[in-house]
Amino acid sequence: MGKNMKSISRRQFLATTGKATIMIGGFYMLPGCRQNKGQIGDNSELIEKEVNVWVRLMSNDQVIIYTPAAEMGQGSMTSVPVILAEEMDADWSKVTILSSPVEAEIYGVGWYPGGTKNMVTAGSRTIRSFYQLMREAGAQIRSILIKNAAEKWQVDIQELTTQPGIVVHSKSNRKMSFGEIAEFGNFESLPDLSEITLKNPKDFRLIGKVMPRYDIPSKTDGSAIYGIDVQLPDMLYGFINRATVHGSKPELINRSEIMEIEGVKTIVQLDHGIGVVASSVESGLKAKRQMQIKWSEALASTHNSNEDLSGYTDKGAKEERHEGDVGRAMKAADKLYEATFTNKYAYHAQMEPLNAVVSLSQDKKNAELWIGSQAPDGAKIAVAETLGIDQKNVKVNQLFLGGGFGRRTLAGYAAECAALAMKVEGPVKLIWTREDDVGYGAFRPQLKNILKAGIDKNGKILAWDHTAIGPGGGLSNGGAGVSHYDIPNLRFARKDIDHGIRTKHWRSVGHGPHKYVIETFIDQLARTYKIDPYRYRQQMMQKNERARKVLERAAEMSNWDPNPKGERAMGMAFADRDSFSCGVAQISLNRNTGVIRVHKYWCALDAGVVVQPGNAVAQVEGAVIMGISSSLKEQISFKGGQVEQSNYHDYPILRMSEAPESIEVAFIDSDEAPDGLGEAGLPAVGGAIASAFAALTGKYLYDMPFTPERVLEALAT
Amino acid sequence: MSIDFILNGEDVSIEAPEGATLLWTLRERLKLTGTKFGCGIAVCGACTVHINGKATRSCSTPLSAVVGLKVTTIEGLNENNNHPLQVAYREEQVPQCGYCQSGQIMQAVSLLNENPSPTDEQIISHMDGNLCRCGTYTRVLKAIRKVAEEGKS
Repeated sequence: MGKNMKSISRRQFLATTGKATIMIGGFYMLPGCRQNKGQIGDNSELIEKEVNVWVRLMSNDQVIIYTPAAEMGQGSMTSVPVILAEEMDADWSKVTILSSPVEAEIYGVGWYPGGTKNMVTAGSRTIRSFYQLMREAGAQIRSILIKNAAEKWQVDIQELTTQPGIVVHSKSNRKMSFGEIAEFGNFESLPDLSEITLKNPKDFRLIGKVMPRYDIPSKTDGSAIYGIDVQLPDMLYGFINRATVHGSKPELINRSEIMEIEGVKTIVQLDHGIGVVASSVESGLKAKRQMQIKWSEALASTHNSNEDLSGYTDKGAKEERHEGDVGRAMKAADKLYEATFTNKYAYHAQMEPLNAVVSLSQDKKNAELWIGSQAPDGAKIAVAETLGIDQKNVKVNQLFLGGGFGRRTLAGYAAECAALAMKVEGPVKLIWTREDDVGYGAFRPQLKNILKAGIDKNGKILAWDHTAIGPGGGLSNGGAGVSHYDIPNLRFARKDIDHGIRTKHWRSVGHGPHKYVIETFIDQLARTYKIDPYRYRQQMMQKNERARKVLERAAEMSNWDPNPKGERAMGMAFADRDSFSCGVAQISLNRNTGVIRVHKYWCALDAGVVVQPGNAVAQVEGAVIMGISSSLKEQISFKGGQVEQSNYHDYPILRMSEAPESIEVAFIDSDEAPDGLGEAGLPAVGGAIASAFAALTGKYLYDMPFTPERVLEALAT
Repeated sequence: MSIDFILNGEDVSIEAPEGATLLWTLRERLKLTGTKFGCGIAVCGACTVHINGKATRSCSTPLSAVVGLKVTTIEGLNENNNHPLQVAYREEQVPQCGYCQSGQIMQAVSLLNENPSPTDEQIISHMDGNLCRCGTYTRVLKAIRKVAEEGKS
């Protein structure tokens, strides 16, 4: 066999989909073989050729494409290979998708020119980051397939074209499948990028077409493998009691008592907690429950979040951005307005609690990690550092993620599992309980936002001054921009407060809280001057046609009406999380209970080229529901530095009965480069609800979430 | 303790420590990992299985409570994974992260078995204890409604 030729059975990559057959020993998982995808692995005669790092061609016409993105429900496991398959002209029915090896230098991208290559799936960046790269990689493959066919047939390259999965020489009416080319082809030197031409988007067969997601069948029959599902022979189970106050150090008081519990193998002292490894889940949980731990004092123990939030002031806030001259414009204004908003901490609440599996070699110099991670490269480094080994001796198997939303970019849970595995013989599965996941969560920061505007006598905004106060550093800077509005003088200031707690990116990051306060304030200004909030925004978007078209589309599709109709009213908000989006919510209100109900929601977006329109709609639907959930219900509070909530009973998320009866999504047709879509639908939701509430009641909601209690308070003002 | 029950149509006899739950036994002893751990206190529905046909939260069901009973998991729902609801799920492209969906499907099928053509109100009331963080509710409802409409014809 040649250099690039190897039998499939020697490959050791982990499939992330389908009916995975796990053959322990070599840790080899066979990719999902669905009926329409042929039977990989059954035929030992198969020849497999590595074309480039992304693609392997098989002599039976199967095409393996490696996907670098974590699959957490956002669908890029399908979308990234679709881009490559488009330019390659692969037959999609013959494509098998595998998770790429976790090698950031090979499979990662930098987030900005010259940035370090990484494999982080976050910030709605995947399609944006990989679009051009995958198009070029696919076009290179198509080109070398044609070259090989031309040499075989002894014809001019210019005479050849491709159809899905085949090279065609129409002059002689000959066809050659990609699989046939795989048998004899030489793929050693791929053409230079200057020698290839990308398809005209008008000729796309896959991009922009509604196609089923690759992972969905395995998610309807229980066969999709998530991190928590991994099974290894003689596997042990790890649990950890982590500091309830961030930063405090543990001292286990009843060590001998815990060691006597049947099934307990060892107790592991960690900096932030006490771990236990046991032979069963039940033994581990029992030991976890019965531990008596003395905790040291920590900075965070003084944090009482509600009181602290009320006490935030803008004294000492630092100016982050300033355009024009806000001070002078405020003085020249006809009137000044000011409003103060707050939002509480929010928890990711992804359905799969954190977990990981680590197996070490006998000498503990080599490690294998199984994980569902938004940053598997970071997890790899964390495991290596924990074990004191080189990261090339850590193999990472990326699995499905039972939700991410920003929570799974942290590497701590991989490091924890390695620390436990180091102390025992045999692989360890670390499981976080839901209470661990909430109590040791990392939260979207609470914030106080103070907004000021200077207005001329016609209601036009001359100056805009926004100050955000609270923890989270850069997490609370994003999303404060209003450059899509024609406001000549702008200022954003920030006061960071360290409570010694963990904060984290949470779907759409700063845009969630900031778009709520910005859009609600704009809505309020419009109503103050008796201008339709839609028209008010439209007037301010004369310089940004792309943004304005999104706004107009939302008004059109929702049949926008600023006046309440009976018990229901509409509200609107605009957002710029990567893609422009405009949401319209139709709500009703129970004035006795304070419960807001969102009945219908419309969302228009401009996301540039939409690679997978079907999935894109699903992403926006999900973001809207998560937006309603966080706007109406979700709040984490701290008392004495401890999280007061513990599970879904006291951190409720939206239920089916609370979901809108319809969510309509529309995309503006565009040839622009793709923007992000995993988060785009979320940030407008809070403002759209608050706007509808104002239309219905004439009152404003200044504190998120809009729980019944706060709604009743607002009604009483 | 040794517990005998009927799992996906077959007799099983399983050795487990006192206090073992049905959930962890299914997942870690019997390696049927389609049934998920979400909350551990029966408030999210990710662990839903059928016990004698009734949708039950396996995380809060002691293993000792299923002696002699019929337990069905997502893996045993349909021989070819072609239960009408599974088919509808694929047609409607319901799952996103998918973690809650085994539980959603098992919860929904127990309703459809009792009442092949439920109204929207009946569906929502039956499904309201099954949480989905990705926000697939409108599609879950659509898929169930599709099967319910077939049930009417």
